[in-house]
Amino acid sequence: MMNDFNSEDVREVEALVQGIRRITTKNWTVMEVCGGQTHAILKNGIDQLLPPTIRIVHGPGCPVCVTSMEVLDRAMEIASREDVVLCTYGDMLRVPGTKSDLARVRSQGGKIRVIHSPLDACKVASEELRLGTGRQVVLFAIGFETTAPATAMAVRAAYMQSLPNFSVLVSHVLVPPAVEAILSDPEHGIDGILAAGHVCAITGYEAYEGIAERYRTPIAVTGFSPVDILRGMLAVVTELESSKGSDSCNTRVINAYSQVVERTGNSVARRALEDVFESCDQVWRGMGTLPQSGFKLRSKYQAFDATDRFVSDFGSIDYPALATIQNPCRAAEVLKGKIRPTQCEAFGKHCTPAYPLGAPMVSNEGACAAYYHHQTRHDPDVLEG
Amino acid sequence: MCLAVPGRILSIESSSGLRMGVVDFGGVSQEVCLEYTPEAGIGDYVIVHVGFAISKLDPTRAEESLSTFHEISALPGTP
Amino acid sequence: MTNFSFVCPVPDPLVDFVTQSHGAGGKLSQELIDKVFLPAYGNAILANKSDSGELLVPTKPGRLAMTTDSFVVRPLVFPGGDLGSLAVYGTLNDLAVQGAEPLALTAGWIIEEGFSICELRRLAQSMGDALRRCNTQVIAADTKVVERGHGDGCYLTTSGIGWIRDGVAMKADRIEPSDRILLSGTIAEHGMAVMTYRNGVEFSPPLQSDCASLWPLAEKLLAEVPSIRVMRDPTRGGIAASLNEFAEASKCCLRVWEESVPVRPQVRRACELLGIDPWVVANEGKLLVVVPKEDADQALRIMRSDPLGVDGAIIGEVDSTHPRKVIAQTRFGTHRIVPMPTGELLPRIC
Repeated sequence: MMNDFNSEDVREVEALVQGIRRITTKNWTVMEVCGGQTHAILKNGIDQLLPPTIRIVHGPGCPVCVTSMEVLDRAMEIASREDVVLCTYGDMLRVPGTKSDLARVRSQGGKIRVIHSPLDACKVASEELRLGTGRQVVLFAIGFETTAPATAMAVRAAYMQSLPNFSVLVSHVLVPPAVEAILSDPEHGIDGILAAGHVCAITGYEAYEGIAERYRTPIAVTGFSPVDILRGMLAVVTELESSKGSDSCNTRVINAYSQVVERTGNSVARRALEDVFESCDQVWRGMGTLPQSGFKLRSKYQAFDATDRFVSDFGSIDYPALATIQNPCRAAEVLKGKIRPTQCEAFGKHCTPAYPLGAPMVSNEGACAAYYHHQTRHDPDVLEG
Repeated sequence: MCLAVPGRILSIESSSGLRMGVVDFGGVSQEVCLEYTPEAGIGDYVIVHVGFAISKLDPTRAEESLSTFHEISALPGTP
Repeated sequence: MTNFSFVCPVPDPLVDFVTQSHGAGGKLSQELIDKVFLPAYGNAILANKSDSGELLVPTKPGRLAMTTDSFVVRPLVFPGGDLGSLAVYGTLNDLAVQGAEPLALTAGWIIEEGFSICELRRLAQSMGDALRRCNTQVIAADTKVVERGHGDGCYLTTSGIGWIRDGVAMKADRIEPSDRILLSGTIAEHGMAVMTYRNGVEFSPPLQSDCASLWPLAEKLLAEVPSIRVMRDPTRGGIAASLNEFAEASKCCLRVWEESVPVRPQVRRACELLGIDPWVVANEGKLLVVVPKEDADQALRIMRSDPLGVDGAIIGEVDSTHPRKVIAQTRFGTHRIVPMPTGELLPRIC
């Protein structure tokens, strides 16, 4: 049979599920903060395997979903210029801004290239130079700390080569401040957290130790395969079960993805981030401004900042006010794990991937799109978990 | 988020001043930037995100190493 | 006195590029036909250059089937095929899944001014090769040239006419609970081959399209398993789209066992790298077939005996649990609903 599904992981998954079922005695709510994990959980029905007392909620783990409307509108404005080629990841193409999206801008003549790696954008810039088109190339750099080092490398490469027609629209967001923001809400209702494994591969997990301690919430650095997700879940539940009734525990960070992640992360990548970026306050769509939760280019690389190079023509859109107009999109509550996508009245009715009202429905690993695509909650056979 | 896939380094070379490699993901290979994994050499496994190796995959550090390592050549994992 | 030259050389139409005159119906159009199209896929009927092509209706009892498709694939040439071969196989396959033996095709070219004649010749030749392989002819053709900037290189529309024998009446609403779902081979190859090229993602070795004519396999299946409910070639939208179409038309539930769907390891890895679900990716040489339970094994045997069906598999069954839904059963025993795919196939990083 031409297939390569590894059924060894079936046995391991079974063993992990049995382990979790054996030790679970109470109701626990565990949040994962990674769209890739949301997707993997729903695609493989992991929530169906867990005992009904364990509830999984999905946090703001979708950098696409949390990219601010202002940055999106800016990207569209830049892409609409005659003299610009905007290089973007496919994920961003259909995310709605205030009035439009990049796909529509493309259909109206905007030059938008879908790229796979930031270095592709450098190549496009060199090519435009070589052809003498006079066009500028802008890299729309979104993503968490996992993607930021790649952007950093592209910026440094452009700096070394003195690429005159290359700039970056930076919109990287950092995970720990978002986790902190969620846990600082006294009514968060979250008992444990699965931390995004690939973000931690870069940053390490020292930052999470403080958070786990301050909020008395165990955190497991978790991967993305069914086995890895369950390992993370087992680690968190073990921690919760073993420390119930005691004040001294519940503060650990467990590395359940140690084949990829080290406590200090990737030092070379971290140094690159340090060299190219500094942290700044950042608007998270649906969550407002979180302090020190984004990246901006350091002054050494300021020349490559697209927001400086292309003056905005926006006039005055009151973004903060816009952000409060949620109706009927309840992305904010979804991103904080307060409601499941299926609890939103618009879900599946006025809001679908074809006609999205908000970002979590557009981005493939946004919680709403993930639920829509896998729709386990619509299946009456499925146990409510 | 952060779609990253494991692959094995087949070859390494310098291109435009960057340490680049050809990485095999199980029948298809692609050019990958290895600047962030200087410790990874030919034959090593790395995790690749947006064309960059972000970490060397060390199966021996996994709690239950073998099954994960075997998953590499048949990985259903990341969507 | 000025020296007049009375020599006014006619531009050689076959130097390099297609011009507006090639589509104007006059001498240059004829030259294009004579020197590019006829050598590639000409035959006695086309050589007549009549306004219409004629053919005889078969004598065995049955009815005509007609189909049309416009091919706008980018890039024009990809590993495993090109616009020319795709336009032949795609249309023949639309006939084949209806149970129609191909009788003839038409070809309508819309070419952008400035398009390379050399490339055009290549596409036409490819078309000719595919036609010969399938023992079918183009009996009517047309060429138009549009202004530069309006044609994206080249578009090709093919219509096909075929003959469905009496006794063959396949329709998705004939699907019933307990039926089995079969797939003739590995999925996601065409869409991934084209998409990686289009988005500048280079894989080594390059992914190959599975572009091929399904009639020989379809014919065998129809002859030996007359109880077939319906067949489909899952093109745009992949098997997810076709399965949903079946579910909607039959009002049944189609339950697919995820691990039984054949995918080449390289294609699966490529899909993972780009964050794409193989089930929504286009195929151009695969058959999805629904048969009554008791005929499933035989249908599978016939599939596997054909070169295009060696990786054939029974991938699922029909029941009445969740009407009009497609359910994927995972290897863990869990399940999820597979919705109708929406939108453009885009690689993602998140």
